[in-house]
Amino acid sequence: MELFELTSHELHALLVKGETSSEEITKSILARIGKVEDRVNAFMTVNVNEALEKARNIDDQVAKGAEIGPLTGIPLAIKDNMCTRGILTTCSSKILRNFVPPYNATTVEMILQAGAIPIGKTNMDEFAMGSSTENSAYKTTKNPWNLSTVPGGSSGGSAAAVAAGEAAMAFGSDTGGSIRQPASFCGVVGMKPTYGRVSRYGLIAFASSLDQIGPLTKDVTDCAIMLNAISGHDKKDSTSVDLPVPDYRKALVDDVKGLKIGIITDLMGEGIDENVKKAVLDAANKLKALGAKVEEVSLPTLKFGVPTYYILATAEASSNLERYDGVKYGHRSDDSPDLLNMYYNTRREGFGPEVKRRIMLGTYALSAGYYDAYYLKAQKVRTLIKQDFDKAFAKFDVLLSPTSPSVAFKIGAKVDDPLSMYLSDIATIPVNLAGIPAISITCGFSDDLPIGLHIMGKAFSEEKLLRVAFTYEQNTEWHKQRAKL
Amino acid sequence: MAVTKKEVEHVAKLARLGLTENEKDIFTKQLSAILEYAEEIKKIDTGKVEPTSHAIPMKNVFREDITVPCPDIKDILANAPDERDDMFSVPRIMEQ
Repeated sequence: MELFELTSHELHALLVKGETSSEEITKSILARIGKVEDRVNAFMTVNVNEALEKARNIDDQVAKGAEIGPLTGIPLAIKDNMCTRGILTTCSSKILRNFVPPYNATTVEMILQAGAIPIGKTNMDEFAMGSSTENSAYKTTKNPWNLSTVPGGSSGGSAAAVAAGEAAMAFGSDTGGSIRQPASFCGVVGMKPTYGRVSRYGLIAFASSLDQIGPLTKDVTDCAIMLNAISGHDKKDSTSVDLPVPDYRKALVDDVKGLKIGIITDLMGEGIDENVKKAVLDAANKLKALGAKVEEVSLPTLKFGVPTYYILATAEASSNLERYDGVKYGHRSDDSPDLLNMYYNTRREGFGPEVKRRIMLGTYALSAGYYDAYYLKAQKVRTLIKQDFDKAFAKFDVLLSPTSPSVAFKIGAKVDDPLSMYLSDIATIPVNLAGIPAISITCGFSDDLPIGLHIMGKAFSEEKLLRVAFTYEQNTEWHKQRAKL
Repeated sequence: MAVTKKEVEHVAKLARLGLTENEKDIFTKQLSAILEYAEEIKKIDTGKVEPTSHAIPMKNVFREDITVPCPDIKDILANAPDERDDMFSVPRIMEQ
């Protein structure tokens, strides 16, 4: 196998044995990018020179006796809504077309300290608003399994890069499913940690009470490795939680005997593809055969997740995106006669239609006369959704559902129907509202496109999620398949 | 619930978004459809329920009130569309 096809832990083993170098790995990844990127379009920026320079530095240090940690020498892609010092960071929006951050996001700093090689910044839905990466103001990323289909969104570039062998692992961000849904569409592992587990400092905000950074990887072991590297309290993020970080690799145990697993019936009904349902039920049966106790459970408030989310997330976004006004950074409209017009013109020129739509929705929901009916009401429904999960976790260790109602859809199929696009996040959204962790892993294929199994746990139960996901993975072969490009 | 074009114009003004006439028409339709769907949540009884603004229980995260180093002004101004005398320069503010 080529170096670009291997997982991070496999690459690490070769580095430790001295059978390869960081430079060789990086060159393999860059060559792969050279070969497939014009078809996949995963990246906004590829850092060719910086990556090679860093790789050579790492090799020098290792030769001088430096320790080879789990991320040392591993090429990693970064979603373009995470600040990288000195490297263009656009959120795939025209309004940040020239923004070069003067600082690194905390999680970027962490992986750099761990010796990872930042290979480039990945394409996304503009400001993380979307479920297909079609809302990027720059380019359309293609799903490596079928180039006429979407990679999912909003972390579509990162998921596609990992699936195409253009990065060993990647950062994504997840506000309503934006790591997990592209993971399921691209046949990779994607995890949204518990809210507050990972620092949001340097993540360009969409919805501050929902956003989380997380890993996109080729297998569950790599996911645990990356989670170890990025978790922890950060003084610079007042919403990050001051709790110790366990060694998530210790959770990688092939054993689910006695674990109580609940299939959420409300997410297995109407609107879910028959092939997706079947694959999820097969996965549940597999876990049952391996010793888990599997039952059905209903969380009736979950069906209100999507409307609740589209009030709360858009309201928070309307506030977070006020800062893009052309004053301090980013695009500024030319020839505005006065400041007010500069604001109107800059934002008109700089934002794409979906971003404008959501700013409008959010502003409306917060405006005088509508605040109680929409925003306050949605916050109360959020409490009920959280309570539904709390009740379920009193009985079950983890909950299951499909990650997405379907496999990857064709490019262009949903762009003219925003509501249909929003509904594709029906299973992932409630997780963000409740702040709990969830992981998506591949559990089958339909029409040669991957199907994602969505596993949810209560707050700070990432170890249980990893254990269930790892057990399933060790007893199946889906994760060994690679997209043919 | 139908959103009127006037409401769309009002909201666009609040959000400092310059919309074209075409965009106003499209948004009036789309926002109406989305908000009608969002009205679903009105069906739920939330009588005694407390609102959740923050999923993980946390309150009042403070730090010590001591001065810490700030980023360099040069770095901060590096992305400025226009700057003068260590300040961001903008078009004149006119009376509305």
